[in-house]
Amino acid sequence: MCAMRPEPVHEPGPSGQGPGGQAPGGQGPGGTGDPGVLARPSAPRPGGEGWKAVLTPEEIRRALTRIAHEILERTHGGEGIVLLGIPTRGVYLARRLATRIGEFEGTTAPVGSLDVTMHRDDLRLRPARALQRTQVPPDGVDGKTVVLVDDVLFSGRTIRAALDALNDLGRPRAVQLAVLVDRGHRELPIRADYVGKNLPTAHREKVRVQLAEIDGEDSVLLGEVDQ
Amino acid sequence: MNRHLISAGDLSRDDAILILDTAEELASVEGRAIRKLPTLRGLTVVNLFYEDSTRTRTSFEAAAKRLSADVINFSAKGSSVAKGESLKDTALTLEAMGADAVVIRHQASGAPRRLTDWVSGSVVNAGDGTHEHPTQALLDAFTMRQRLGRAEGIGLHGSGADRRGQGLDGLRVTIVGDVLHSRVARSNVLLLSTLGAQVTLVAPPTLMPLAVETWPCRASYDFDAELRKSDVVMMLRVQQERMSAAYFPTVREYRRRYGLDAGRMALLPEHAIVMHPGPMNRGVEIAAEVADSDRSTIVAQVANGVTVRMAVLYLLLGGATEGAA
Repeated sequence: MCAMRPEPVHEPGPSGQGPGGQAPGGQGPGGTGDPGVLARPSAPRPGGEGWKAVLTPEEIRRALTRIAHEILERTHGGEGIVLLGIPTRGVYLARRLATRIGEFEGTTAPVGSLDVTMHRDDLRLRPARALQRTQVPPDGVDGKTVVLVDDVLFSGRTIRAALDALNDLGRPRAVQLAVLVDRGHRELPIRADYVGKNLPTAHREKVRVQLAEIDGEDSVLLGEVDQ
Repeated sequence: MNRHLISAGDLSRDDAILILDTAEELASVEGRAIRKLPTLRGLTVVNLFYEDSTRTRTSFEAAAKRLSADVINFSAKGSSVAKGESLKDTALTLEAMGADAVVIRHQASGAPRRLTDWVSGSVVNAGDGTHEHPTQALLDAFTMRQRLGRAEGIGLHGSGADRRGQGLDGLRVTIVGDVLHSRVARSNVLLLSTLGAQVTLVAPPTLMPLAVETWPCRASYDFDAELRKSDVVMMLRVQQERMSAAYFPTVREYRRRYGLDAGRMALLPEHAIVMHPGPMNRGVEIAAEVADSDRSTIVAQVANGVTVRMAVLYLLLGGATEGAA
């Protein structure tokens, strides 16, 4: 019934779900500057699905809790913040962060979504993509501290597109970036303000974030996909 | 999606819903501080209009400009067409100028299809003779989904995001008037049936196409009976410029049997809407009080025309041009 809706993914989906390997235990997600070398994953099992869990649901929960606290610290109690998630999974992460901020401070942080498809620099490289929702909270973004939320920070091109898209919506006082996973390999001068997990990867590896809201369970998977 | 949009019949259900959903998202650009997107920057869209048109041409022009494309307007009047240049030679000229898309309106049915042989860019049919007008059908379908998204009993529930991905399943649409000459009716029958709507054509016998039984719709001569079971009534313009013979005795008789006035509007179910592709002949096929009533979507149709055409241009031009020379 539903039309196919190709997503603007920055890495292909997994060929299957195989969170077989053990998660890097003990090492809770570090701070924003944590290089996270201790969490370097071993190569995926050659016989398995080729995907290895690098963050458990518990670790994802703790990382988001920490990011929520950091946002509150950095923005003086979340004054004038607007959380804008980048579809698809950034939107769910933004909602989770807003829920936590509400629990910690008793305030409600406005949440929205920001589709960057029309601002991407690689549109001409693939067939035209379906658009995702852009929903800006009623008060808009003018004069607010906008926190962009995405699942994986990779080349930085999605965030550049997001900054352009945001520019057309208004003039925020400041823009910050929160990501669940920073996998490195930046191609633009962009960095995240809040990082759930620094995950050193090889360029050919793929990172896949799964969230309970649409994937049925929370996990971050690392896989090596044949080129 | 195909590389061209010539006929509403070329669209699969998924294609059509993708266009409507894309338009749904693009509609929000209207309310923003900057009503422009950078997506088609550097691309050229040529409006090639052999017939007079205000609404469609300006709508395509606005749509292309909102997407940052460069627009060249080319109308037959005052151009070398008036000096006798053929469509092919005009096409080759446009090709040499590097048109990425050509939006064509032509008095000859089939002209857009011919044009696809001569230009390497995408061709969008903006109305050809009595054949088709697919973007009008798309904007009509978009308007129906928008206005009847919450109506009871027709299977279209919810609003906003919930409309996405939905067709028009079970919607009862009655198209009334000069079906014979109407490209709007042809495109609507094809698109609406693809989207699951039940279409009924109502026209005087002289204005009903001969092969109408091969179309995916019903035909009727009894307007009043159809009105009571319609969710949408679409009134077609009486096209005096295409009528070389006498298709009905007098305008007064046509109005009495097939015109929509306040009395007939009262027969409609409470949620039903009245549509007209424009330009209207007030007092002929539609009474002024109906055209100006709350049920009329005529102004909304014009506004939706821009967003739907933005969606079409984006989906045709916004991605990789596979197979293009």
